[in-house]
Amino acid sequence: MEEAIQSGLEITDLSCSRDDRTLFSGLSFTVHPGQVLLLEGSNGSGKTTVLRTLCGFREADAGEIRWAGQSIKESSFFADMAYVGHADGIKKELTVLENLRFGLALSRPGHYSIEQALKKVQLAGYDDNLVQTLSAGQKRRLSLARLLIIHSILWILDEPFTSLDKQGIELIETLIDAHVNQGGMVILTSHHDLSLPYTRLQRIHLNSCH
Amino acid sequence: MSLTQAVWAIIRRDLLLAFRRRAEMANPLLFFVMVVTLFPLAVGAQANLLQAMAPGVIWVSALLAALLSLDGLFRSDFEDGSLEQLLLSPHPLSVLILGKIFSHWLVTGLPLLLVAPLLALFLGLPEKAMPTLWLTLILATPMLSLIGAIGVALTVGLRRGGMILSLLVLPLYIPVLIFASSAVDRATSGLPVTAQINILMAMLLLALVLTPLPTAAALKMSVN
Repeated sequence: MEEAIQSGLEITDLSCSRDDRTLFSGLSFTVHPGQVLLLEGSNGSGKTTVLRTLCGFREADAGEIRWAGQSIKESSFFADMAYVGHADGIKKELTVLENLRFGLALSRPGHYSIEQALKKVQLAGYDDNLVQTLSAGQKRRLSLARLLIIHSILWILDEPFTSLDKQGIELIETLIDAHVNQGGMVILTSHHDLSLPYTRLQRIHLNSCH
Repeated sequence: MSLTQAVWAIIRRDLLLAFRRRAEMANPLLFFVMVVTLFPLAVGAQANLLQAMAPGVIWVSALLAALLSLDGLFRSDFEDGSLEQLLLSPHPLSVLILGKIFSHWLVTGLPLLLVAPLLALFLGLPEKAMPTLWLTLILATPMLSLIGAIGVALTVGLRRGGMILSLLVLPLYIPVLIFASSAVDRATSGLPVTAQINILMAMLLLALVLTPLPTAAALKMSVN
């Protein structure tokens, strides 16, 4: 794990196409500990595809993804990362607490306990509420609370700010900032501009990668 | 957390979900009971005919009820993103899936097991065939869930996978149907059934070992 913290994620010459249309090609970047990578681009430019390729959900046509100097299949990558996508992976028939406990059971425990995490995303007191009674923004915050309770160095977030209000967005930015300050890494797509210091923030504009 | 804890968590969660959606979960069981009760109404009060048909009727209905319940195995997980999270878990997916299949069996196979003897009595199946009917159900209903899981995993990404699912899975169910109903049939006439039971047992063990891996691979393809 120490090694992972030193070298981070390295992408070289990644390319992907869908139905004969090249989404992106020759995409290369590196994310070091303490850095945030913001993927930008218009709709349909392949932002989500990049993230899903990183998660191993789809194979890249070419290119290499390395974690801590090793290819991701051989390294501890999947034990070190956490992903929150468009579908937030939360069961609406279960309570907040049951959802988080299940998330924890699939992974290793992280920095925060469930109570601390709920407090951090301002859902304290909602423990026994069924998720279907929560608002869209609260569901989003719950899916992000999962990141806090499981062990993860790299967060991969697909549009984490959708359906969040102003305070919600600030809240998630604080969480991202805190995670990065502890040596974590974040890769995200967003149409919302991040208010993070430039030294920490890398931007990649996907339309320019063709 | 350890793998066993993860599998337990999956079983517990799926059982809890089934309990909270109990109306939906009762569907296959109701279907089973309805189909079996419709037969005497359609065939008429011919006790001998019904008795002769009983093993077949019960087994065909059980098979169709299992098929009806299959789609729920991965559908909701696929739609709400839980499946993606399952794939990202550091634990081996095929073992986690075995937990899902087990709870699916507890919710859909076990109730069939409990109602089937009642329905068999209702059709006039002789009492001496009851233990065999039970045994075949115990051995074969888990197999229906295990084999079905491959089919569901392959079709879960399709918008209308229902038809393809039946076409994929039914042929694979046929050996189970043949051996199970022939065992019950032979038991009715007092013949030995060891051969059929042994084959069903072997098939169950094979299914336990061989189905989780292709299911996991198919799920990975479907999530893509």
